[in-house]
Amino acid sequence: MQRALTLHQTTIGKKLVMALSGLVIVGFVIGHFLGNLNLYRGQEALDAYAHFLQGLTPVLWGTRLLLLLAFGVHITAAFSLWSRNNKARGSRYKKHQDMATDYAARTMYWSGPILLLFVVYHLLHFTILPAHPGEVYRNVVEGFQNPWIAGVYIVGNIALGFHLFHGIFSATQTLGANHPRFNSYRRDAAVAISAAITLGNLSFPISVLAGFVTV
Amino acid sequence: MSEELLNLTLHVWRQDGPSQPGRFETHPATGISTHMSFLEMLDVVNEDLIEKGKSPIAFDYDCREGICGSCGMVVNGVAHGPQRLTTICQLHMRQFNDGDELWLEPWRASGFPVVKDLVVDRSAFDRIVQAGGYISIRTGSATEANEMPVAKAMADQAMDAAECIGCGACVAACPNASASLFTAAKISHLSLLPQGQAERLDRARNMVAQMDAEGFGGCTNHGECEAACPKGVSLRWIARMNREVVRSAVKSDSGVKTARR
Repeated sequence: MQRALTLHQTTIGKKLVMALSGLVIVGFVIGHFLGNLNLYRGQEALDAYAHFLQGLTPVLWGTRLLLLLAFGVHITAAFSLWSRNNKARGSRYKKHQDMATDYAARTMYWSGPILLLFVVYHLLHFTILPAHPGEVYRNVVEGFQNPWIAGVYIVGNIALGFHLFHGIFSATQTLGANHPRFNSYRRDAAVAISAAITLGNLSFPISVLAGFVTV
Repeated sequence: MSEELLNLTLHVWRQDGPSQPGRFETHPATGISTHMSFLEMLDVVNEDLIEKGKSPIAFDYDCREGICGSCGMVVNGVAHGPQRLTTICQLHMRQFNDGDELWLEPWRASGFPVVKDLVVDRSAFDRIVQAGGYISIRTGSATEANEMPVAKAMADQAMDAAECIGCGACVAACPNASASLFTAAKISHLSLLPQGQAERLDRARNMVAQMDAEGFGGCTNHGECEAACPKGVSLRWIARMNREVVRSAVKSDSGVKTARR
């Protein structure tokens, strides 16, 4: 325990916390997306799936607590590293040219807070204050029929896509998985996972807006 | 390659000392041969400044052969200038065009205070190495060359990491002014060799503690350091450093040293 605490005081320890908590959240996001595909199987299937999850009380609350912990340490470590990194430069360069970084990596400090706001909104919208408690399918479809609400979900998921791409690629590096033989697969896997999740999640509000999925 | 003469405009960062405010000064560089190195071009500009009774531009250099790690500055936002895998002393003026405007800035990092103009104090790197970047060996007469066999694959990897010349371009290029690539290269080249095993557990932990104590930022895996490195030191050593740190946290028995600046 002492060692873990000491490790956590170093920048590398904090990065390891970022990576591990991030991967827990990635795991949840994948499961959440796969579950949401029930939307395309119709009202009964989605509502039945939701009731099934509600019935697994210990699993449900275990997952919620784990996610709360993961979000808590992810945000705390991010804030602590952000404030350290800000101080480390000192004076700014007059001229700056990026050589290797990409859009996703440069915007992590933007996509992160956007995602946090989105998650809070998403929880209020569907979990804490749903329009029709217990009627998941109706809440989703009626919610997404409002273009403003659908727009929030579209923006949130685009931010998720960029955050996931750099997050997955970066977490594997932080955890020590970098080898010339596997690096191209690492990048491909980060692209594939983040693209699949983002395009899949975007399809829900778009399908409702386009009228493919109706009440 | 035929010689041409260039006329350039330099916007140079001038700063009298670590606590003084800095400013940009504009100086013309006229009749610069494309065969000159970047530092030779600055020598020409400085001769002109000295003749006019002005203070010459201070910049660091030693070998001018691209191997000592003494030189370095940011040219138009790129550490060591536009040519990849090249220190500023090995950069030639043929990389530039007549009429170019060049902005010359020092490495900017809290861990590298400016000494004067383009010269920064990189003794933070020395302290990181002192914290663990060494091996304990028997002094006296040299040992047999093959007394300690090293597998070819390991020797090659250690050599790749050991290519780091400690110039500090990684810190200069990193969006967080992180010294991760430098520290990782030093930790990796020793941890790969049999001679480096004795201090292996404490090395990673102590060097990382010193790196943090010097005020450098953390790694966010942008890869800017690897792109700026004149020796092509790879990001894979940062992944290796992270593994070494975890290994030392799990296995080491000795207490943690507190690092001081």
